[in-house]
Order: sequence, then C-alpha cells, then structure tokens
Amino acid sequence: MKKIKKTITGREGKKNDLLVTMKAEERGGVRITVESKVMSMYGEQIEATVRETLKKLQVKHCSVDVSDNGAFDYVIQARVEAAAGRLYEIEAPGVLPERKVPLRENEKERLRRTRLYMPGNNPSLLYNGGIFGADCVILDLEDSVAPDQKDAARILVRNTLLSVDFGEAEKIVRINPLSSRYGRCDIETVLPAGPDTLLIPKSENASDIKEVEEITGEIEQRENLKNKTFLMPLIETAEGVLNAREIAAASGRVVALCFGAEDFTADMGVRRTRSGKESFVARSLLVIGARAAGVQAIDTVFSDIKDTEGLIESTREAKDIGFAGKGVIHPSQIQPVHDVFAPGREEIEYARKVVSAIDRAREKGSGVATIGRKMIDAPIEKRARKVLNIAETLGLTD
Amino acid sequence: MIPEEIDGKKLKPFKGAHEDHGGGRKAGPPIRAIADNKTKLRSSLDEAIDDCNLKNGMTVSFHHHLRNGDHLGNMVIDRLAERGLKDMVIAPSALFPVHEPIVKHIENGVVSHIEGSMNGPVGRACSLGKMKKACTLRSHGGRYRAIQDGDLHIDAAFIAAPLADPNGNANGRGGPSACGVLGYSLADSLYADNVIVVTDNLVPFPNYPWTVRGGNVDHVCRVENLGDPEKIVSGTTRLTRSPTRLLIAQYAARVIRDAGIMNEPEFSFQAGAGGISLAFLDYLAEIMREQGVKADFARGGSTKFMVDMLEEGLIDYILDLQCFDIPAVESVIKNPRHIESDPFTSYNYHTKGNLATRAKAAVLGATEVDLDFNVNVNTHSDGWLLHGTGGFTDVCDSGCTIITVPLLRGRVSSIVDSVTTVTSPGELIDVIVTERGIAVNPKREDLMENLKGSDLPLKSIEELRQTAVDIAGTPKKPEYEDRIVALIEYRDGTIIDTVKQLKL
Repeated sequence: MKKIKKTITGREGKKNDLLVTMKAEERGGVRITVESKVMSMYGEQIEATVRETLKKLQVKHCSVDVSDNGAFDYVIQARVEAAAGRLYEIEAPGVLPERKVPLRENEKERLRRTRLYMPGNNPSLLYNGGIFGADCVILDLEDSVAPDQKDAARILVRNTLLSVDFGEAEKIVRINPLSSRYGRCDIETVLPAGPDTLLIPKSENASDIKEVEEITGEIEQRENLKNKTFLMPLIETAEGVLNAREIAAASGRVVALCFGAEDFTADMGVRRTRSGKESFVARSLLVIGARAAGVQAIDTVFSDIKDTEGLIESTREAKDIGFAGKGVIHPSQIQPVHDVFAPGREEIEYARKVVSAIDRAREKGSGVATIGRKMIDAPIEKRARKVLNIAETLGLTD
Repeated sequence: MIPEEIDGKKLKPFKGAHEDHGGGRKAGPPIRAIADNKTKLRSSLDEAIDDCNLKNGMTVSFHHHLRNGDHLGNMVIDRLAERGLKDMVIAPSALFPVHEPIVKHIENGVVSHIEGSMNGPVGRACSLGKMKKACTLRSHGGRYRAIQDGDLHIDAAFIAAPLADPNGNANGRGGPSACGVLGYSLADSLYADNVIVVTDNLVPFPNYPWTVRGGNVDHVCRVENLGDPEKIVSGTTRLTRSPTRLLIAQYAARVIRDAGIMNEPEFSFQAGAGGISLAFLDYLAEIMREQGVKADFARGGSTKFMVDMLEEGLIDYILDLQCFDIPAVESVIKNPRHIESDPFTSYNYHTKGNLATRAKAAVLGATEVDLDFNVNVNTHSDGWLLHGTGGFTDVCDSGCTIITVPLLRGRVSSIVDSVTTVTSPGELIDVIVTERGIAVNPKREDLMENLKGSDLPLKSIEELRQTAVDIAGTPKKPEYEDRIVALIEYRDGTIIDTVKQLKL
C-alpha cells in the first residue's frame, strides 16, 4: 500500500462522469455508497460495477463513495481503477474491461483529411467524438489533460478504446513525450486496447521515434497484439522541422508527419497569425520531408472555431502546399475541411478517363495506354486511382 | 390494459389513429342575452369570481400563452382557496414550473385533479398519487375536441388577456404582458359557462383583432400584473451549440431533402422551438435556398428563425399558435402573412379540416421511442410523469413525422423496447433521427425507397436500440402501485394508455 490513504477521481456533476472518493482501510471489507442522477434505474448496477472492479484489482478493504452523473460502466471502471491506483500499486496496463467493439485491421494508406482532438479525461466528449465523420479521432493524453489527471485519463482512454465504436475513423492516441514521466506509462496502458496509431508530440529527431518504436514492438510482442500500431510524429519545434525527413524515415510504422503551430511559434518566439505566414516555410519543409520519406503530411489546427472563412483559406493553403489533411478542434470544422480536400469534378473526370484507358489497353494486351497523345505512366495511374478511391469513399462518383 | 371505467367515468379504449369517424352533436354553452350584459366590467377579479357562483367540484380553466411568466393561474386558485372551495378541477391548456403552488392546493383539498396538461412539480404530485381522481392528459387538439364535444365541461374560464376592451374583445398583441397569439383560449371562450377576461391593459372599445370575441365574454376585470414579461417571451432565441444536437438537426433537414418531400407540391412543415427544432430550421432554410424551394406555410411555435424565413420569402405564411420570442410577437402584429391560429384550425380531430394534417413534414422531440415506433412525451423512463402532451399527437398526423432525439441523454436511452407510456401510436411516426443513426418506420416503404441513395446513416430501430444497450446497459424498470393516476387520452377521445402511481 502507498502512503496516501484517501483519494478523489473523476469530475463531479459532469455529463457521463462520476466522482469517486476512495479510502484505504485495514479491515472491514469493501463499503460502497452510491448517489446517482439515475439512481432508480442504475443505482444497483453502479454498485455492482464498483464492487466487481475492486475485486479484479484485488482491493479487499476500502470505502468508496460514488456521486454519479450518468456514467457508463467503462467510465465507472476507469474512475475506480484510477482511484485504486493512487492508493495501491497497480502495474500497467491495469485491468482491462472486456472488448465490446470490433478490432478493425489497421491501414497505413487512408484518408486523413481531418483529425479531431478530444480531451482524454472527458467521457462525454470521448464518447461522442466518433459521430461527426472525422477521418481520424485523437484521444488526447497530452496538452488537454492536467498533470494530476494523467493517470485517470490514460485509464479512461484505454477503456474508451475497448468500449466505444469509432466506426471507420482512425483511432489515434496522443501520448505524452517519452521525455516526460508520463510517456512510457501512456504507451504501456493504452496499447493493449488497440489504438491504430500513436501521435508522438515534440518529435525532434529519429531517435525519438525509434525509442517509441522499440517500446511499442516490445509490448505488442509481450501482449500478443494482432495489429501493428502506427506512429505519427508531431513536429512542433525548429529542430524537428529541420529533421523532418529523418523523423519520417525513422520507422516503417510512421504513416504521417503532423505539424503543431502553437508550440512551434512558441519555440521560434514569434506570434501566431491568422494567415500562418510565420510557419509557412516550416510547414513546406515538413511536407517535403514527409514526401521524401513516402509518408503523408498533415497540417496544424486552425484555432478560431468561429472563423469558418479563415479555416477554409488556411485549409486551401494547406492542400496547395501538399498537406493531406488538417487538425480540427471542433466538430463544426470537419465539413469545411472535407469540402476543401474533396477532389473537384474535373479531377474526377480526368481520373476516370485515365483508368478506363488503362483498362482498355490491358484488355488488348498492350502495356501502353494513352489519352490523346499523352502516355499514361505508372505515377499517373496511381494518382488517378487514388483520386477515384477518395471520390468513391466520399460518394462523389455518381 | 385500459379499464372500462375510472372514478365513475366510462372509458373508450384506443382503436387506431383514424378509426373514429365522429358522430353525435357538439356541446353548447348557456344562452345569454344582451339585456343582462350592458356592462360587464367588474371592479376586481374577486367580484368577477363571485359573479360566477362557483361551487365545490366545479371546473376552472386557463390558457398557457403567458408560459412560465403567468401569474393569473395562481391568483385565481388562491382565491378559490380563500372562498373555502374544495375539490376543484383545474383545466389548463398547459402548466409550467411557475404553477408549482397548485401542489399545495392539491394537498389541502382545494384542487381535486387536473384535466389537460401537467408539467414538472404538478406532474410529480400526480405520480405520487396526491390527486383525488385520475387526471386526464390531452393534446392541444384533444383538449379542444373534449371541450367542443362536451367531455370536458368548463364552469369558469379565466382568460389572461394582454389587450382587452370593456366588451371583452381580447388579444395578445400589446401591453406589458404581450404574448402575440392568444388562440389557446378559443374553446374556453366558446363553450365555458362563465367566460372571464382578465387584463392588465384595458383599452377603449373596439379592440381588434378580437381573438376572443366580446360576445362570448361574461365578465371583464383588471389586475395589476398578468405576468412577468421576461418569462412570457424570450428577448432572443439562441441556437444550440451542442455539436450532437446540431448533427441531429442537420440529419432531420437532410431527411426532408433526400426523401424528396420538399420537391413535392404544396411543401409545408411544422417545427417547434426546442433546441433541435430551431437548429433544424436553420439547416432547412439553407437547403431550401440551395434547392430554390419555398414552403406554402410553416406551423409554429414561432421564433425569430421562422420569422426570418418568412421575411426572406422561404415561407409564404406562418400559421402560429404560440410566440416564443419578441421578434415573433412583433411579426404577428405587423405582418399579415404571420397568421394567428388556434387549436380548432390547427389540431382538432373532430373537425372538417385542420392544418396539422395538411403539413407535409413535422419535426418533434420526445422522451422515448420504442421498437414499434410508439412515442412517449409524458413520462420519463423512471416512471415520473413530467410533461404535458402539447400539440404532439396532433402534429404526428403530418405527411412525414420526424422524431428527433439524442440516442442517449446521459446514460438514459431514448430508444427502448417498449415505451413507459404511449402518447402517440407508432403508426403515425415515420422517421426517428438520432446522432448515431436514422430509422425509418418499415411501414413507410415509400420513404425507405426514396432514402436509399442518400448518404444518411440509415439503421433499423432495432440496431439503434442495440447501440444504446451496448454502451449504457439495461436499466431497472420503475415499480408501480396498482392505482391509475393519469389517463393518456388520444386526440379522438379514446384512452391510449394510463399512468400508474410510482412505488417508491
């Protein structure tokens, strides 16, 4: 047992959350009291969930007071486990709830037009993050989580990954940097829950990535995980920008480089502007580095959620310099970004011509296809198929 | 099971949404003569009440245009108590939290029970079994029908009138308690034994338009304040900022677009003033602009959002039963295309034509929907009776009735195996829209067919139910005593369900 005797986890009165007050006891078994907004409907079930969780954690004597505001079982489990973790030694990854959602096969090549940030300690936002159609969802353990809630958030994120169906979206967990005291435990805790990808903040060089790769590989082997976890370095310093290519090439697991303007401008000691001119060169270098290593590049977030015009301008610029997507911090930003990244009618028409010319040529047994007098080579075909794939995914092909 | 009789009243069980074909004759109020009505201005509310000769067990009524700002309901019931009256029946068109003092009068025996609508604290008292007799919950159209048919006899109707003249001609179009429309008082003014117009703003004769006609009014009296203006209408109505609610609203608008409803002739729709409904209007307006479509009419509750659509030319007429904000009040006063309606014109079932049935689409909220598409707006899943029916069941008669609900409110699912209380039968419900998918009633094969090519997330109602159960688990059902405390009356006068006293 640790030195602390009493702890409080969770957020009182917040939607889909609960407050757990837990005291370590020497004897007397487990004593639970429950207050809940949905007492008559779920009171007994809440108590049973708390009891079962404590049993799995092998806590024999304690008192637990729950003040519930409509939390789901996996949230209750997470809050109780976090509380117990502060009173007793619990080794990562802790006690995983049963997987409720299908584990989908991880894909390296996919649409990443939008990645929606969700604070990792907020059950309600995490639960709803998947319904707005973002290509990727980010369950964030870093900047949106206060230092004293890091433990609670990583357990909540782990349970959320096992319990909430995010549909086709790529499930990304932003861990804390390995240089912090949280990073390693983040990976240890969330990886067995099967995120598609880890977003690695403050990536500055190849060895930052290699270190994560090593830990990730170890855990995958030890836990016998089916999916290979991908990595997405987040570049947000001058050093990182200049090393973009080596970071992208550091591991076969890297699928994209992301840019983080907030920390970058802080690092540079410059002001962040609406047009983003202060980071234009950095973002261009990042795209070039990513392309040189054969991975995608994804732009930073546009932080004024009321300025839709600004968002659209910024997204157009991102698309023009070669980014495949943009970070978003609010569901209302998703559609405008998708609209910018959607291939236009002419682009789709041309891609269709390319593909049908190639199909015709292959039918005839000819290796060479042409449109007019222009020969279609492999990169043109690849690009055309990609455009059609995106168009089809977006339902633009009718 | 619907009992054959309750408190000595014979009950007819619900047979189907359109099985009743009328018959019989309407009720009639007493015949009065001008010889006795040369002056009807009374010196005070007390004098007006005394002139009504009220006796124990009689029924008094109110309208709810002053919403949560209403003072009149409590003023009158307090005076009934002062006179030592007992077992009075209260027949409001709706109650609000401001009417909580009624609970006290239920406990002390002044009030026996409620005929019409309950909300919040009074509903809670009903669930606890505090009323002497079973209450009846009716829709707005159902209330009009019950009064018109003589099922609900009103001894004294107290009509709060923001503008009135000494002959009793009254409307809601001015004064400190201005509420715009005053149509919910129509049946009361036509059929009650005593009609009392109470105003805080007496103006010279003639006060026109006369929503309440002086020829139907027995007494007119003045009070200092009818209500609290800030709670009668909102200054501004704001759009919800909840991304989940916005998504539901957007899906609802897209259902109307993708099902081709707005491209059919005589497009018209109804939407209320709830958060999702307002956002729905916003999305609908955008789509109507894109498609170059306009609506022949929209049925309110009206707000600035609907008024803006009228002024932009997206809607030809607003047919309105309740103004929710100041822009709506101003509009109904100045714009001849913003028409004041009433439950007879809008909702009545025993009628030769109404507006709700003509509307091509309607968007409504609910507390629960079940696998048979039955809808509950009266009780919560824990068994508490907390809401009146409003116009709900009447509006469900539209061409395409869309129920918008968050799949989960906190941990509580809106889609259930079987609703706690049936307010509206599933046969009237066409589409359920949630943030996690849209279910079309399988009976609406035409809608299913039209929506096939759409990129909306179509699911079966069973799939939606499963999604909710997977995440929230299955709640414990409420436990009840044997006693029936409320009847849910369908708009044709049959009883579609009952509410029992909660076992605590």
